[in-house]
Amino acid sequence: MTNRGFFDSDHKTQCFLLIAMMLFKTFFSRLALTLMLMVSLMASSIAQDASGGDGIPTDEATISAGQSLFEDNCTVCHAVHEVVVGPALKDVHERRPLDWIQSFIRNSQKVIQSGDEYAVKLYEEYNKTEMTSFDFSNEEINSILAYIKVESGKTPVAAAEEPAADGASATQAGASEGVSDFVMYALVINLVILVLILIVLAMIVRVLTKYLEQKSDLDVEDQEIISARFSLAALFKSKPMIAIMTILFVAVITKTVIDSLFHVGVQQGYAPVQPIAFSHEIHAGQYDIDCNYCHTGVTKSKNANIPSANICMNCHSAIKTDSDEIAKIYAAVENNQPIEWVRVHNLPDLAYFNHSQHVKVGGLECQQCHGEVETMEVVRQEAPLTMGWCIDCHRTTEVNSKGNAYYDKLVELHAEHSKEPMRVEDIGGLECSKCHY
Amino acid sequence: MEKTNKRYWKGIEELKNDPEFVKHADKEFAEYLPINESKRAGDNEGPSRRDFLKMMGFSVTAAALAACEAPVRKAIPYLNKPVDVDPGKANYYASSFLLGGDYASVVVKTREGRPIKLEGNKLSSFSQGGVSAQVESSVLSLYDKQRFTAPQKGGQNTDWATLDKEVMSKLKEISAQGGKIALVSHSLISPSTNKALAAFAEKYGNVETFVYDPVSVSAIAQANEWAFGTKVVPTYDFSKADVIVSFDADFLNNWVNPIANAAQYAETRKVTKENPTMSRHYQVEANLSMTGANADYRAALKPSQIPAAIANLYNAIAKQAGRPTVNAPAVKVSYFDSMAKDLWNAKGKSLVVAGVNDPYVQVMVNAINDMLGNYTTTINLNQPVLTRQGDEKAFNGFVKGLNSGAYAGVFFLNCNPVYDNPHGTAIKAGLKKAKLTVATSDRKDETTDAVTYVAPDHHFLEQWNDAEPTTGHFALAQPTISPLFATRQMPESFLAWTENKTDYYTFLQNSWKADQFEQQSKFIDFGMFWDQCLHDGVFEPAKGKNAATAVEFVGKPDVCAARIAKNYKSADVELSLYTKFGIGTGVQANNPWLQELPDAVTKATWDNYLTVSQSMAKELGIEMFEGDSQMVELTIGNQTMEVPVMVQPGQAKGSVGLALGYGRTAAGRVADGVGVDANPLVAMVGDYSNFYAGGVSIKAGRGKYRIAQTQTHQTYMGRHNVIQETTLGEYQKNPSAGRVQPEIVTAEGKVKPKAVTLWNGHQYENHHWMMAIDMNACNGCGTCVVSCNVENNVPVVGKEEVLMRREMHWLRIDRYYSSDADAGDLSGLEEASDNPEVTFQPMMCQHCNNAPCETVCPVAATTHSSEGLNQMTYNRCIGTRYCANNCPYKVRRFNWFKYHDNTQFDMNLSMSNDLGKMVLNPDVTVRSRGVMEKCSFCVQRIQGSKLEAKREGRPLEDGEVTTACAASCSTGAIVFGDINDPKSQISQMLKLKKDRTDKVETVEVGEERAYAVLEEINVLPNVYYMTKIRNKNSKEVKA
Repeated sequence: MTNRGFFDSDHKTQCFLLIAMMLFKTFFSRLALTLMLMVSLMASSIAQDASGGDGIPTDEATISAGQSLFEDNCTVCHAVHEVVVGPALKDVHERRPLDWIQSFIRNSQKVIQSGDEYAVKLYEEYNKTEMTSFDFSNEEINSILAYIKVESGKTPVAAAEEPAADGASATQAGASEGVSDFVMYALVINLVILVLILIVLAMIVRVLTKYLEQKSDLDVEDQEIISARFSLAALFKSKPMIAIMTILFVAVITKTVIDSLFHVGVQQGYAPVQPIAFSHEIHAGQYDIDCNYCHTGVTKSKNANIPSANICMNCHSAIKTDSDEIAKIYAAVENNQPIEWVRVHNLPDLAYFNHSQHVKVGGLECQQCHGEVETMEVVRQEAPLTMGWCIDCHRTTEVNSKGNAYYDKLVELHAEHSKEPMRVEDIGGLECSKCHY
Repeated sequence: MEKTNKRYWKGIEELKNDPEFVKHADKEFAEYLPINESKRAGDNEGPSRRDFLKMMGFSVTAAALAACEAPVRKAIPYLNKPVDVDPGKANYYASSFLLGGDYASVVVKTREGRPIKLEGNKLSSFSQGGVSAQVESSVLSLYDKQRFTAPQKGGQNTDWATLDKEVMSKLKEISAQGGKIALVSHSLISPSTNKALAAFAEKYGNVETFVYDPVSVSAIAQANEWAFGTKVVPTYDFSKADVIVSFDADFLNNWVNPIANAAQYAETRKVTKENPTMSRHYQVEANLSMTGANADYRAALKPSQIPAAIANLYNAIAKQAGRPTVNAPAVKVSYFDSMAKDLWNAKGKSLVVAGVNDPYVQVMVNAINDMLGNYTTTINLNQPVLTRQGDEKAFNGFVKGLNSGAYAGVFFLNCNPVYDNPHGTAIKAGLKKAKLTVATSDRKDETTDAVTYVAPDHHFLEQWNDAEPTTGHFALAQPTISPLFATRQMPESFLAWTENKTDYYTFLQNSWKADQFEQQSKFIDFGMFWDQCLHDGVFEPAKGKNAATAVEFVGKPDVCAARIAKNYKSADVELSLYTKFGIGTGVQANNPWLQELPDAVTKATWDNYLTVSQSMAKELGIEMFEGDSQMVELTIGNQTMEVPVMVQPGQAKGSVGLALGYGRTAAGRVADGVGVDANPLVAMVGDYSNFYAGGVSIKAGRGKYRIAQTQTHQTYMGRHNVIQETTLGEYQKNPSAGRVQPEIVTAEGKVKPKAVTLWNGHQYENHHWMMAIDMNACNGCGTCVVSCNVENNVPVVGKEEVLMRREMHWLRIDRYYSSDADAGDLSGLEEASDNPEVTFQPMMCQHCNNAPCETVCPVAATTHSSEGLNQMTYNRCIGTRYCANNCPYKVRRFNWFKYHDNTQFDMNLSMSNDLGKMVLNPDVTVRSRGVMEKCSFCVQRIQGSKLEAKREGRPLEDGEVTTACAASCSTGAIVFGDINDPKSQISQMLKLKKDRTDKVETVEVGEERAYAVLEEINVLPNVYYMTKIRNKNSKEVKA
């Protein structure tokens, strides 16, 4: 009786349990999914975090512009209070007239060749080290001088404060890291809680299943639900399955073939071993040397130019002279045998590409196409350099028309019939003869 | 508008309506094109299935292998980068073209230290910014494998120390024995070189210099001595002449200073509504020359009768001037009376020139010019031209002396008299009697083969030098590349043999410091003066200072007339020798660009041939059909040679013509064995070489011969409004005279073709490039064709391929003959073809706004740009050739073969070896087999100049962008520019009005002379032509 009664009530319970089990199963899978999402979120947040910025806000715009120009271009060879490769620049604006400084910065060799006494003396004094020419405007040079003037006013001790300022910025950066750490902790805690819930749910489902299995008086249908086992063999033999799999298989193969065909000749990731183990990480990263310093053609020519050995010698005639790798440069110079670098970025002959168009006119950063070269120990080809890649950028990039009188008419005409900004494609940037001739 | 009833024909086949011609006229390619080269004789079937499978298997394997791994490419920077060289950026240097006695001031374009293109230097008042086909192509001669890589002794390489030692010991030996030394050269125009030679002469004593010019005008200098007491070749100014009469002087091609002549001549031929005047040009000649083709009136005359014609003209003018007449043999010259009348009416504004190299004839010409008062206007005796200093009288003495053993030492300074002098054979024989024979040519030729020592000179692009083409007008040449081989500059060699250790650069500077620097007061520092001269390329202290002054004529016309009557006897058949614009005297015969440049008139490439009149061809039983010709045996005296025949309209009856500059035997892969050498046929009249010979007999020779002409290709199928022309009188009455205004019949009546269109039109916001070609200024020379080849890496395909009609030139110059007889009057046409009018029409891609080629390309490889260009994308092209079929102008070229790195095309020097490849323009793709190509409006130049403007943040200015053809055109016939700039030269010239209604632009051309070729098909070309205007009296047209 009780038995029977129990059975009745038990049957209800069983039904309830059955539903509960199915609910838990669903919940479990959903939760697992959420968890995976969270983990990936965390991973990406970590990645983003690593590229967090810095920078000290300054009040006077010119001086700060001058400072950044100075730091980007000059610090390789010059400091304000001490001799590095070139002379100390303290009070340089008092030593030489402004126009002399301007012409010397733009083309020091020209000044020296013109027979300027001071310039020749300077040249002799610094072991005939050629100063690289910089294509600065007068305003830019003035801003650098403004910065030097300010710096000259400070005592060398003041200059020594620099590290302290750096420290301050470091703590600031640390604080910003702290904020993101907090989010991280919260996420980790959430994760742990969720994993625990998951384990509990799994246990409940398992217990319920076991309990229900022991019951012998279940409906055939319920029985099926509980003992539902996945029969792989049957599934694989089913006709729809075979059809689907065949279609999938053909599709995957086709896609792979097409993809691989599209990648014939694409050398993305190509990072050949170079004859000299030159590290961009050290030069462009650690020492923050401007790309222009070595790749001199980038603002005026089609080619950015692999630097000639005399550019290396600007610094390496004095710096790290005992290194084996740098000895290779000396050997090249002595034997009059140019260094045969392996070309990393190879465009096909049928495509015309001009660096100055993109860097000088377009105002693009080198990194946009070449990736974070300053972090590369060995340079690799970051972008695919395919036509699709070029075109994509031409479709989305706005023309750097500000302050360039060449574009004035185009901007005006574009504004007449469109409210969108003028992109490269709007002025014929997708046409064949822009790159193929 | 009246319809033109003139009939235009590209060749005699078309004129005669030859059934064979008609059969092929509508086909692009005349015959079946055999692609399968390996087909054996008798094997009539195409490629077999097995061949197909083999080829497919191979291509699949090759493709798979090629795809495996990209080759490792090196990037090799400079060790020590020169300050002013940036890889990828061109540098330009002013320099001088100095070759074979010719001179032009040029601007050299270099890339990564390699000269790749020459253009004219506008600062020079001698060459006036012009260039010639020879100048344009000379940059390839720099990279010729034929050049000597080291000094030679007996045909073997040696070193300079050995050569110097041996040459000097022999020189001392000769000097000790009192032997004579001869220096043989073309006109020496370098003052510094002359100084070095003078020092050499002083050291060894007994040194004599002999100068000759391959196309000699030494009779002009002699005649001036007799007539005015000054032995010079004067400066002629065609730009001041209203009436020009030329007796066999091909002054646009080879006479005195052809580059400047052409520019000045064109100035007088440009007609505008504001200034509707032009010069009138009479030409009396035997061969239809390039100059004659441009004449308003041309009289065909046997060469022996031309001196008599000059004497008759003298009489006609003398009657008017009141001077005594002379006894002149009667000769019938067409248009003679109007010629004399026009000359007299244009007193002081006329010019009579003669190409006859006979001082007696030239004195008559001087007398005519004197009576016309031209010696203060168009002829300037105070400003002698120094590029033609040849003295044949002295030279003949040298040849005699050489053969009698009078000269112990002979030096040939950059000249090749064994080949290009009439005495070549005698010189070669005489050289055996000399103890020391030295040549300084930079490459192997017939003369270097005949001497013991060769001290090779630098190419002119590798050297420091100076030049004085006309008195007081100096120029500098600077090296634009380091010497490629172990060569040494010619004057430096002479300095070395004089035991002067100075290098020539220092010597040159010292020479300028002593002479030229003293002739100016602008600079006080020599360094600054030198830099300025180097920058400008020229230094002209005498510019405008040596104005012409009145002269007193003391010649004796009666004596000269008697000589003329005695010396010139008419023969049944006479030979008249000439030079072509491209090959010239053969100095650069090994340059394939020149060999493949079609002759201006005959449109033949890779050959010389006997031009004969139609009546003579009929007598000989020769029929010529589309280049299929026959060989004949040409006999003059004891000389016999076999030459092919070219039936040439306009050839004077009883005369035949043959070009010099061919038949080289030691010039190299390209030139050897091409054509026949006509130099031995140059006759001597007295002391002067005369380029005509009487007593010629012609016999039908053995066999057939094919001449590779680009002439009868691509007919316009009777659409005769391609050329629109009128006379000056008609133009003055109505500026639209001669224009054909086609109309289309629609349901609403007749409308302009523009009104009926399927096209949506384009909108060109930034730039709209357009070209205008003045057919009055174009003289058909073909410099633009070579310039285009150099700029755009156009391959040379060789004679066989030209015969197959597969020449690759992006720009061709169509030459149309026309005659006035009715189109139906065939016999009238036949007669008129004896002396047809000629029109030249440069034809290149017309960059149609409604381009028929673009619509038929299945892969969109040819598309339209937002600047009006019709773009051709090689990497997209799959070679269906639909575009070429659909092009109404037939300007597209298909790469039937891979022309680069192909041993079968080793005559294509600029692409077949590493040295030659240095001339390629790195900004232009070298096309591969199976793709279409065509004129791009020099898009690389457009892009380059745009970028320059963008970098400097300023709008593009007119004149910054120009195409290679326009830049090289000495006459300014081609104008290129942006019509969106209302101030540009082209906008002004075409008087353009642009309307922009929502998305569609219409361009109205206000200039009445401007027309688009084939306007009725409404493809809206971006190239406009200006009607040809002849300065003829309307009544006389039918004469």
